Amino acid sequence: MLNIDCPWCGKRHETEFRYGGEAHIARPEDPAALDDTEWAEFLFMRKNTKGYFAERWLHNNGCRRWFNVIRNTVTHEIVGSYKMGETPPKLPKSAGGAK
Amino acid sequence: MTQHFRTASGGRIDRKKAINFTFNGQKYIGYEGDTLASALLANGVHLLGRSFKYHRPRGIVAAGAEEPNSMVQLGEGATTEPNIRATQISLYEGLTARSVNVWPTVEFDISAINGLFAKIMTAGFYNKTFMWPRAMWMKLYEPVIRRAAGWGKAPTTGDPDIYDHMHLHVEVMVVGGGPAGLMAALAAGRARARVLLVDEQGEFGGSLLSKKRQIGAKDEMAWIADMLAELEAMPDVTLLSRSTAFGYYDHNYLCVLEQKTDHLPAAERKGKVRQRVWHVRAGQVVLATGAHERPLVFADNDRPGIMLASSVQTYVNRYGVLPGKKMVLFTNNDAAYETAIDLQAAGGDIVAIVDSRAEPSGELVEAVRALDIEILAGYAITGTRGGKRVESVQVRAIQKGAKVYTSAARRIDCDLVAMSGGWSPVVHLFSQSQGQLEYDEEKACFLPGTKRQAQQVAGALAGEFTLKECLAGGYKAGADAARATGFTPKRKPAAPEIDEPALGGIEPFWVVPGARPIGEGMAKHFVDLQNDTTAADIELAVREGFESVEHIKRYTLTGFGTDQGKTSNINALAILSGILDKPIPKVGTTTFRPPYTPVSYGALAGRNLGDWSDPVRVTSIHDWHVENGALFENVGQWKRPWYFPKTGETMQDALNRECLAVRNGVGVLDASTLGKIDIRGPDAAEFLNRIYTNAWAKLGIRRVRYGLMCHEDGMVFDDGTTARLAEDRFLMTTTTGGAAGVLDWLEEYLQTEWPELRVYCTSVTEQWAAVSITGPTAGALLKKLAPEMDLSPESFPFLSFKEGVVAGIDARIFRISFTGELTYEINVPWACGLALWEAVMAAGAEFDITPYGTESMHILRAEKGFIIVGQETDGTTTPQDLGMDWIVSKKKPDFIGKRSYNRSDTARADRKQLVGLLTEAPDEVLPEGAQLVFDANAPKPMPMMGHVTSSYYSATLGRSIALALVKGGHEKKGQKIFAPLLDRTVTAEIVDPVFYDKEGERLNG
Repeated sequence: MLNIDCPWCGKRHETEFRYGGEAHIARPEDPAALDDTEWAEFLFMRKNTKGYFAERWLHNNGCRRWFNVIRNTVTHEIVGSYKMGETPPKLPKSAGGAK
Repeated sequence: MTQHFRTASGGRIDRKKAINFTFNGQKYIGYEGDTLASALLANGVHLLGRSFKYHRPRGIVAAGAEEPNSMVQLGEGATTEPNIRATQISLYEGLTARSVNVWPTVEFDISAINGLFAKIMTAGFYNKTFMWPRAMWMKLYEPVIRRAAGWGKAPTTGDPDIYDHMHLHVEVMVVGGGPAGLMAALAAGRARARVLLVDEQGEFGGSLLSKKRQIGAKDEMAWIADMLAELEAMPDVTLLSRSTAFGYYDHNYLCVLEQKTDHLPAAERKGKVRQRVWHVRAGQVVLATGAHERPLVFADNDRPGIMLASSVQTYVNRYGVLPGKKMVLFTNNDAAYETAIDLQAAGGDIVAIVDSRAEPSGELVEAVRALDIEILAGYAITGTRGGKRVESVQVRAIQKGAKVYTSAARRIDCDLVAMSGGWSPVVHLFSQSQGQLEYDEEKACFLPGTKRQAQQVAGALAGEFTLKECLAGGYKAGADAARATGFTPKRKPAAPEIDEPALGGIEPFWVVPGARPIGEGMAKHFVDLQNDTTAADIELAVREGFESVEHIKRYTLTGFGTDQGKTSNINALAILSGILDKPIPKVGTTTFRPPYTPVSYGALAGRNLGDWSDPVRVTSIHDWHVENGALFENVGQWKRPWYFPKTGETMQDALNRECLAVRNGVGVLDASTLGKIDIRGPDAAEFLNRIYTNAWAKLGIRRVRYGLMCHEDGMVFDDGTTARLAEDRFLMTTTTGGAAGVLDWLEEYLQTEWPELRVYCTSVTEQWAAVSITGPTAGALLKKLAPEMDLSPESFPFLSFKEGVVAGIDARIFRISFTGELTYEINVPWACGLALWEAVMAAGAEFDITPYGTESMHILRAEKGFIIVGQETDGTTTPQDLGMDWIVSKKKPDFIGKRSYNRSDTARADRKQLVGLLTEAPDEVLPEGAQLVFDANAPKPMPMMGHVTSSYYSATLGRSIALALVKGGHEKKGQKIFAPLLDRTVTAEIVDPVFYDKEGERLNG
């Protein structure tokens, strides 16, 4: 069970959270200006990253705030979490084992 | 019966405390400190069960969790447990146990005849033999196979025991209470970290409990006692014995099963928690899980009396039991020689030591030579004899690397064979934690390699096979763990002088050759005793094209079952590596998964049983519904009245009565469960404009509007009415089941997409009880309850609300309608719900007011063609599909879902669209979910044109009605459509979904 660092509450068990998929996909300012391909890109296409991945979490059984987490999808290592609108921390270069 | 095989003295049993127990109906006596296995061996009982497939006689092989054979049915009645390893059952007064997988008795088992057909019962036997005809599976094959192969029996009544769960956070968790684990706990404890030490056994000490060792000035028992005394004195150290860490999950989250009363007589268990699951989050984990000895794979290596060498040593030293009096030791390493020395010292006789190595040497070998024990170097056991107990072995000189033997045999009589094929570190938890394994050629075993979590490994798990290494490695691991969690370890204590024999090497010997190569002939070299998998089965699997170790495992069943291959996995993949001629690391291992040993469902459930298994939500009027005979429907976690049958009524009778009451008089519904969200802030109207498909900016204060919510893909996901309480405040209602999801949805957009909007959302579902009165006389009833209120349509039009006093209670009254009749939904503070309801019932008596439930609510709304989200919609339904274009704004530049209505897929003409259906026979009620076709005679598979979403008998209309999603349905009104059912085909006409009062004239009463 992941131990997730909520920027407001600190580390809590995964069962307090809801997963929110890939982070940093902004809703287009003017959807009407997009053609079908561009709109489909926003609507359906998500990365399936092996390694460090920026993703959204909701502390739904806690403070109910959305925030972002950088997690290694292979090792489940969590590099850090940050609030919506904040700049993500630098991604580590090497994937893999703990120190 | 007396304990003929008990040693004269020694062992960690209390000879003053005799314990009576029963096995297979026979009464025996053991001592306190015994396991069921050791007590049975003390009484000379080796035959414990029959094997899975061939029903061969089987006995005790090991002394711990790795035991593959000796599973018993423990206890009787509601608390009986199947397939428990006798080696892990602490003996208690009055224990009863039986063999499993035997019929009628373990001594005489009918299915043993399977052994005669062994040649055809090879790998994949069931898959190959019982393929066809399919119908025979249910009737014949499966019941027969289950009878023959099933192990123990599950209890048939509920589990009466109490289980609970506990959560714990520590800096350092140590798994395994052997010498390495004790040292690790000591190092971390002395550094003042919070420490948890768990061990699956009743006593701490691990392998030291089975061996004689002098550690400095102390013997092993004094050393363990001193360690425990120091640890127990530390306030932040928790010691849990009889506690198995069975699962190692992400971020150092481990689950531990503590068996609190399983070792006690029944009378002492009453009222106590039987087992507790600990959920531990640790900063660092020290794994000191030890190692399991491997069997050797030779012909007929499965007879009772053939045991692991270290387990024989354990029975002798720890339990004071001689598992046999004439032992042959078969080994490929010299660590096992100690067993011979200890058995001889305890009064047993060593007939011979069969060592597969050509030139065994070292301290232990010399010690055995000094005892005048015959050592057959370069020999192997090539066969065994005996019925229900091994009686003799056949030994031969073996050429290294030979596939068959050529030398002459010598027969040696014996009643016990101790075998040692080397050691397999218990990497299960390490592997569960995603650590990678590395093969060590010299030690002939897999060791922990790259780790993925914050952890240390120590002791035999880390390949430290001497006590000296264990103590040093354990201390270092504990100190490192403490340091990594921010503590400063104390200086390492001086290493004590340890009296232990020096170890020589091990020479891997994975399978003993037979008269013919493996895979030919009848010889059975068992690899997995629990699943009756032989070396020949693995060879056959390879011959049939399986190469991956994961496939071989599944095809041959190696490593399945309650022991999960603790003694068989490494032998199996080494044999596979030999057959494939690939090095062991290239073959790889199968995946280790939780649980390490079986965990009962009762323990996993803990206290979350019955009413506690899931929260139940009830309204403040619930007790009235119960008292007045309501039947209930679960809607999410809510209990909602389904209908209110009167004495003698069928369900349909009750529904007819309830619906007609609403259409002709007045009905009352408890609508409290509807989701309610208070939405506030200067930008609230703009926010609703973006969330709903219709326009909200100009909604007047005290006005109400119906809205549809869609996802970005344009699909409907919730609906409801929203009222404007003030310029900057709205009250949104949602579906009962969708409330939490809608609040999540609103907050997600406010936090992630539009943080600039000043809007706050609060769930007020349980702040407001709602009583909906509906029907032509609803107005007259409300007039009685709120005489001051102006109910004229001019003052109180449809889709508006008023605040006022109803039956003496401050209320908000909404004029909305889900029935098509004049409706007032009266909202009062939650606690006043019952008072309002009772006042409504009392005042309504003269109008013959009728309470109704969700089923009549569904019928009444279907008569009006109103949708229910999740019934008429399934996540692929747009507002346009529902014929609700009228609620989709053409003017708003953007709202959630808008862009998707122009996608080619949502604009298709043959999308499934909402229509009404009228069956040709008016009494025919279509089943909901029925598939619809246009040509009932089309060849199968017929093109499916849609499905029935709602279907009822309507008393109002005197006939059945249905709603359906039909491809291109909006253009097909008047056409015939067919529902092919199992026994008949129903014909229906496609019609408009509004069946009743199309003009909406009844809304004003």
